[in-house]
Parts: sequence; C-alpha cells; structure tokens
Amino acid sequence: MSEAAAAPLAEPRPPRKLYRSSDGRWLGGVARGLAGHLGLPVIWVRLVFVGLFMADGLGALLYAAFWFFVPLGVGGVEAQKPPSPLTETSSDGRRRLVARRPDKGQIVALLLMVVVAMVFVGNVNLSGGARAYLWPTVFVGAGVALVWRQADNARRARWAEVGRRRRTVTLLRSVGGVLLVTAGVSGIFVLQGSAAHLGSVLQAALAVLVGITLLAGPYLVRMTQDLSEERLMRIRAQERAEVAAHVHDSVLHTLTLIQRNAENANEVRRLARAQERDLRTWLYKPEGTGKDEADEPTTLADAVRRNAAEVEDKHGVPIEVVVVGDCPLDERISAQMQAAREAMVNAAKYGGEGGAVQVFAEVEGKTVFVSVRDRGPGFDLGSIPADRMGVRESIIGRMERNGGTARLRAVPDGGTEVELEMERAEKTS
Amino acid sequence: MSDPTEANGTAGSAEAAGPAESGGGPGRHVRVVLVDDHRMFRTGVQAEIGQTEQTGVEVVGEAADVDQAVTVITATRPEVVLLDVHLPGGGGVEVLRRCAPLMGDTEQPVRFLALSVSDAAEDVIGVIRGGARGYVTKTITGTDLVNSVFRVQEGDAVFSPRLAGFVLDAFASTDAPPVDEDLDRLTQREREVLRLIARGYAYKEIAKQLYISVKTVESHVSAVLRKLQLSNRHELTRWATARRLV
Repeated sequence: MSEAAAAPLAEPRPPRKLYRSSDGRWLGGVARGLAGHLGLPVIWVRLVFVGLFMADGLGALLYAAFWFFVPLGVGGVEAQKPPSPLTETSSDGRRRLVARRPDKGQIVALLLMVVVAMVFVGNVNLSGGARAYLWPTVFVGAGVALVWRQADNARRARWAEVGRRRRTVTLLRSVGGVLLVTAGVSGIFVLQGSAAHLGSVLQAALAVLVGITLLAGPYLVRMTQDLSEERLMRIRAQERAEVAAHVHDSVLHTLTLIQRNAENANEVRRLARAQERDLRTWLYKPEGTGKDEADEPTTLADAVRRNAAEVEDKHGVPIEVVVVGDCPLDERISAQMQAAREAMVNAAKYGGEGGAVQVFAEVEGKTVFVSVRDRGPGFDLGSIPADRMGVRESIIGRMERNGGTARLRAVPDGGTEVELEMERAEKTS
Repeated sequence: MSDPTEANGTAGSAEAAGPAESGGGPGRHVRVVLVDDHRMFRTGVQAEIGQTEQTGVEVVGEAADVDQAVTVITATRPEVVLLDVHLPGGGGVEVLRRCAPLMGDTEQPVRFLALSVSDAAEDVIGVIRGGARGYVTKTITGTDLVNSVFRVQEGDAVFSPRLAGFVLDAFASTDAPPVDEDLDRLTQREREVLRLIARGYAYKEIAKQLYISVKTVESHVSAVLRKLQLSNRHELTRWATARRLV
C-alpha cells in the first residue's frame, strides 16, 4: 500500500509539480494536494491516509514526510479547473464548502484524528513501559504540527498580504507549540528515570540555549534584516521593470513612427505629444487613481484631461490643461464637459495656428468654471449665420439647458475665449 | 507669453511690457548658468538662447549635478541660474539651500528660475519655496525663455500657467485656519491675476483685462511669490503629498 501511495512521486509528470494545497485543507494540505495531483477525490486520499495510519502509524509518518518535503502551493483540486466551476462534481461542491469554512473542517479533522488515535492505541498492544511514552509523544506531535501549520499560514499570508493583523495569534501559537514540545520531551526524560536530574538537565539545556542565542543572535538578526532588505529591493526592481516595460515599448513605437513621418511636422508633433502625455500619466498620476486606462472618467479633472487629450490627438493642436481642485462628475458637470469639449474642438479647428489652446478648469465651492482659449483670428458670434448651430446649440444651448452659463468673447489681443460656468448638483461634500 | 504676444509686443508700450519683449534691447545683458543633468537639453537651451548678440543672454557656465552647480555658481556669480528640479545629488532644492547666501546678497544677488519637465506639484512648489523666483516648463519657446530670464533678473516673478494652477490649488484648500492671516491668504486681486495666468494670459493681457497697469500685475505676482515662499502653512506641504477630492 505504501508503494501505491509513493508511486506518484516515483514517476513525476514533467509539467505538473506536486504541491500541498493552500486552501480548503484540513491539516497540512497534503491530501488535497495529492488528490489534485492524481485527479482523485480528496476523500479517497484522506481515507487512504487514515487506513495507513492504522498500519502501525505508517499514515502519520507518510503524512509528516509529505508535509515536510512538499512545498505549499496553489495546487490542489480546484486549481485544476478554476475557470469552469460548472464542471465540478458533487463531491467537489462539498469540497468548496469546506474551503469556505476551514475552521469547521479543522475541528472535524482534529476530532477524527483523536478518535483514530484512540482506536490505534487500543489496537496496538503496547507493553506497559511503551504505553507510558504515549502521551509525551502525542504532545510532541501536536506541538510540531501546531508550529508547522503556522509556518504554512505565514507563507500563505504573504501571498494574500493579510498577515499583519494576526501577529499576536501567531506568537501565541508558536509559544503554545514550543511549550507542548518541551512538555513532551521533558516527559520522556522523566520517564526514562532521569527525573532526579531533571533540574540540572533543564539548567544545562537553558545554558546551551542562551549560549547559542548569544553567539548566533546577531548573525540571525542581520540575516533577517538582509533578507527583508533584499525583498524590498526586489519589489522595487519589479516595479521599475514594470514601468520600464511599458515605457520601453510605447516609446520605441513612437520613435519609429516619428522617424517614418519625419517630413510631416504635424504628425511628428502629434505623436510626440501623445507619447509625452502617456508618460506623464504613468509617472505622475497619484497612486490609487489607477494607472491603467479607466473606462469612464469619474472626476472633473479626469474628464477635462481626457477630453483635451482626445481633441489634441484628433486635431493635432497642442492643448495645455490646468486644473485647480477637483470634484466628482454629476449630470450637470458632464453636460459642461461636453460643452467644453465642443469648445476645445472649435478652438483647435479655427484657432490652432496661433499656438497651443489653453484650457483652465477650477472648482470653487459649488461653482465649476471652465475656460477654453485659443490665439487664433477670433470670431464674432453675431456674424455667424443663424443656421450654423455648432456654437449656439452644443455650447451655449447645452449649458443653459442644464442651468449654467456660457460666454464667448474676443480676447483683447486676438483669439477667442469660451467661459463655461456651472453650479454643481445639490449634494456637496 | 507665447508667440502672438511677442508679435504684438513691439506695438505695445515697450517699457511696461518688459525689457525682452522685443528680443533683448541694446545694452541688455544677463549672465546665466545652466544647471541640468541632461547634456542634450543643456546643448539645446544653449543653442536657443546663447547667441548673446541677439538675445542678450550669455551662458557663463553649465553644471550637471548639485556639487558642480554650487561650485560653478559660486565661481561665476551669474545673475540668473536656470535650475532643473531633478538633479543627482539632492535635486534643485539642495542647490537652492546651499546657494542661499548668494541669493540674499544685496550687491549682486543670484536669482534662480526653475526649469523642469516635472508635473509633480510637490517638486515645483518645493523649489519655489526654496527660493526660486519662478518656474517654467521645458516646452517653453526660446523667446519666452529669454523673456523669463530677463524678468527674473529684474527681480520679478515668473509664473507659468501650470505653476499658477498649483498655487491656486494649494491656497484654495482652506479647511485649516491660516497660521498667519496676512501671509496665508491671497487677496481677491491676487487670485484673479493668478487665474488669468493659469488661463494663459500674458501680463499685458491681464493688465488690459483688469484695467490695471502691467507694473501692478507684476507687483501682485511678486506678492504671491513672497507669500508662497514665506508662508508657514505646513498645510502647503501636506497638500502637495495628499491631494484629495473637494
């Protein structure tokens, strides 16, 4: 039987590696990991282990060996088919339930173990002397299991990054494990008849421990520090690599395009501006606002910048944006944004030769003010035929329908400025 | 501040419009040191503004990091330093800190103009608070840069639209009571002027718009700069690090 259990290790399938399962496990995740590896229901594997346990505790030994040598991983039964939960068998369904409530499963496992151990002890005919060693051994085993599972948890916590808040529990468990093991080992000593020397033995052990701590302590501390430092560096390097990968690709792309379009000054400018914008977003966008392209802008600043970028790309006129303050978009502000976009398009189309179009947006209290100015020839609203609805409808009309105001005016030294003012909807922060 | 202004500059009152409006008049001369760690950029700026006969700007020294910058500035005693915000060895702020005695010199003060690609508000506000007289982005045209250099040399402040935006933003968040009433508040007029700068107006246009003289605009801008540099609002720093929604 032991051969059957060891077989999967003897003939390793190259692409799949054996891992202990980190979720849905009862003890060390060994059975679950094995089941996943072999493609068997977990319950079978567990039963095999229990059965082997009856054979002079072989199952326990085997389990411990697996626990010791097989690394904890994300393998296991579910990992085989994570994207398609529909294909799960009924037994799988139960496993999921167990996975959600690991504590219940652990209690069941513990009870089961105790019962099996009782049966085992009852079955095995131990001589009086050997029987006395039973409890110390159980203590040692329990202590070891406690600390080992702990180590697994710590590792899992690192993946999930939730480790911090459970510091005290961690410490308690470690201490508990150490106490159990100490009690067990001491018990064995006592039983061996050296109880008389227990005191001196303990003293000697303590002395040795202190000595080792003094000698190895600084070294250990430095090692852990080095390790954490190295980890930090690695994280930084990773971050840098991520930025580099992104920047690298898009910059090279742009440079290639620029070389190809070298004669077309407008296109070159457009490409360079787009690249610059992209880079700035990557470098300077504050954390948490999401460096990836969000689907829809949710704040004023976002919306203004997005609109400006789109118009800039489309019309090849640089648009300089200055935003003061920020607020979430509501219905009215969205309308204002559309009007502003229209104004930007106009400015880019008719006033783009005079230089960059300047967009300024400010939130002051409940008022949102947007100005779009160009340095083109300027134009007179009165001189535009009544049937041309662009400005009247999509800028002035839209603003007024939503309760805001729009003003167009000629700037003293040439150019046009569109001023849009809108009150935010009721709820203020 | 951009091309059309410059074209109109000759028509306007040259005295009020600033000395360099017509491309550096005769007799105008300013000694400049370039501090930037990108050699290519230094070369570009040098090529654009370095023709002393045309622009009136003479580049007397260049530096690529903080130590070099301090050495060169101390040795050449320029009137204006074009200072990059990001520099190896501590950044532009460090240069400003170590050159503080030179800035305070009454005989021949060294003035700093920050020149950066940075979009990060805390970088920009940092150098301004460190004592720089203004901040312009590297996309600025050669003529505008020359104008700015002369303006700084005269002791005036140079606010690009973006800087004006940052400053408005910083002074707008008034959830904590100001520590010093006089310093920690911008007057209505100052806000108006800043707003117009942020909207891309040149000083001359602002003056026309507000029916005041260019000199008055300059004094408003200088007042804002002074408040920015002296203001003890610790909030200003906090604002820069954590910008939140209104």
